[in-house]
Amino acid sequence: MSEPVTPKPDLAGSQGGAGEAPPSGTTSAEGSGAGKSLHGCPVTEAFGQRSVHTDARGYLALMEALYRDGFEACMGVTAVDYLLHPGRELPEGIQPERFEVVVELVSFSRHERLRVRCQVPEDDPVLPSLFDLWPGSEAHERETFDMFGIRFTDHPDLTRILMPEDWEGHPLRKDYPVGHVPVQFKEVPQ
Amino acid sequence: MTFAPTASAGPAPKAHDLVELLKAKTSEGAQEMLARNEESVRELRAQAGGVLRLPEGVALDFSDVDYEAPDDESMILNLGPSHPSTHGVLRVMVEIRGEQVVRTKPVIGYLHTGMEKTGEELMYHQGSTNVTRMDYLSPFFNELAYCLSVEKLLGTEIPERAVWIRMLMCELNRIASHLLWLATNGADLGALNMLVYGWRDRELLLTFFEKVTGLRMNHNYIRPGGVAADLPDGWRDDVTAICDAVLRRMDEYDNLLTGQPVLQNRMDGVGAIDAATAVSLGLTGPVLRSTGVAYDVRRDFPYLAYNQVDFDVMVGTGGDCWDRFAIRVNEIRESVRIVRQVAKAMPKGDYRVQDKKVTPPPRNRIDESMEALIHHFKLFTEGFRVPPGDAYVPVESPRGELGCYIVSDGTSKPYRLHMRTPSFANLQGLAPMARGGFIPDVIACISSIDPVMGDVDR
Repeated sequence: MSEPVTPKPDLAGSQGGAGEAPPSGTTSAEGSGAGKSLHGCPVTEAFGQRSVHTDARGYLALMEALYRDGFEACMGVTAVDYLLHPGRELPEGIQPERFEVVVELVSFSRHERLRVRCQVPEDDPVLPSLFDLWPGSEAHERETFDMFGIRFTDHPDLTRILMPEDWEGHPLRKDYPVGHVPVQFKEVPQ
Repeated sequence: MTFAPTASAGPAPKAHDLVELLKAKTSEGAQEMLARNEESVRELRAQAGGVLRLPEGVALDFSDVDYEAPDDESMILNLGPSHPSTHGVLRVMVEIRGEQVVRTKPVIGYLHTGMEKTGEELMYHQGSTNVTRMDYLSPFFNELAYCLSVEKLLGTEIPERAVWIRMLMCELNRIASHLLWLATNGADLGALNMLVYGWRDRELLLTFFEKVTGLRMNHNYIRPGGVAADLPDGWRDDVTAICDAVLRRMDEYDNLLTGQPVLQNRMDGVGAIDAATAVSLGLTGPVLRSTGVAYDVRRDFPYLAYNQVDFDVMVGTGGDCWDRFAIRVNEIRESVRIVRQVAKAMPKGDYRVQDKKVTPPPRNRIDESMEALIHHFKLFTEGFRVPPGDAYVPVESPRGELGCYIVSDGTSKPYRLHMRTPSFANLQGLAPMARGGFIPDVIACISSIDPVMGDVDR
């Protein structure tokens, strides 16, 4: 948490504060193909959409850097459980893990989109929350927690959002079966 | 409602026990808005609508959100989930002091049906049946986002005519959705006659949808590879009639609603939100544009053929309910403008790709051609395989950015299907909008966000 930054809808001219990453804005503005990197994280491009890959350790630093780059809005946070599809393509240096948290960022001023794909290990599914950077990630992170059981530290209200509070399991995990699930009703307490 | 007896032969339960029982039966636990001393400071700030990490001194004035104030000076009021003004099963918990709203927290999930999980079990060609039920007031947009994502993964280029048919249906759908919003917004604010008129005009469009797709809602019309059927004979006359009728009616509604000081006073300056807050909360659509941020996916990240039609992006200045009202009213007119251009420029040709691995052969070919029969059989039993990869395609739904994120593992079912739905994100704007207002203003704010609970909970 460095200096507080006021997000502005129109960040055409103002890039960050202390001149920390002046070139990064320009490198990312150009349509960089595969093999490039952004803030030290590998970038891949597929179907004309760029993704930057990271892991749980480098996640927050990357997000803070991207925030300073002028990605004003976080359009969504979700996750994918790669339990049954381990052989996916990832750039070099990125260790595949069971979970992948996917963040969709958009820069209104630069007409640019960027996807962040972050590997999250199964035995310690914890990531720092983006609430301080993009408060709008709050509900999306709650949903990701609810559906995948990935915990976000420093999240103001990490409770289930779609499922009932006392629901067992995280439905969008691949080891959570479809059908044959006993319907859980609230019972009168004994 | 009957309570199960707590003890078979014991005394009748006391009133206090009944309250506890009722609480246990209905409580959502930590999902609810809690008393002030039980919430964290950051969550309190979020509920009070102060979400920005502003520098010292610029921060919002929180003098009216006194964290230390004793709880007996305020009360937590529960709105919904079953209340006509909450547009479905939205539950909003509001802390009020006197009549002023201090904190707001939407509690959702009452319509959650696990459609993303269902989507993983359906083959790609079945998926549009599933997603069309999410935002049931703008089904074409759900199908569109889904199909564009699938087509991106497939690398399929769809025929010109299909592109323009999709645009036509989507813009008509936008009109229908905004008309219904005008109706419900009128009803929420006391202009009950508008409720009838809005539904009546939407009927014009639903009748046309039925003629084209066979269904009034949940059409499953836009499918991977194109659309399900070509436009029926005489569609151009229908569209012209609809455009004329809608424009004529909009002039009437200007008299009925826009020019009414009573209605204007209910919305003007109510639920104002500034651009920085809206952007940081990830709000999109009319809610974001009302603050002056001209973000419209149709223009900023053009899809279909929106770069070939002429339209204006409506923006407001004040970010209040009145601006959102004006934006939607004008967007109806803009959509009519687009529809007219589309009707004029509608190209001839195929309405879906003639790739028999993606779209089924015509029905009459099946009787004549063995190959067609095999294609038909294979397509509907095995589906089509999509190369591995992931794609996210956003479209501008009437509520904002609707994005579909699909991860494919190379089989005929999506490995992961995620819909980034605008209503879900836009609901986060409720707390900053409602803060400091009255309870009737909360209703106006909910209405001006235009949440569709199917879109929120999925």
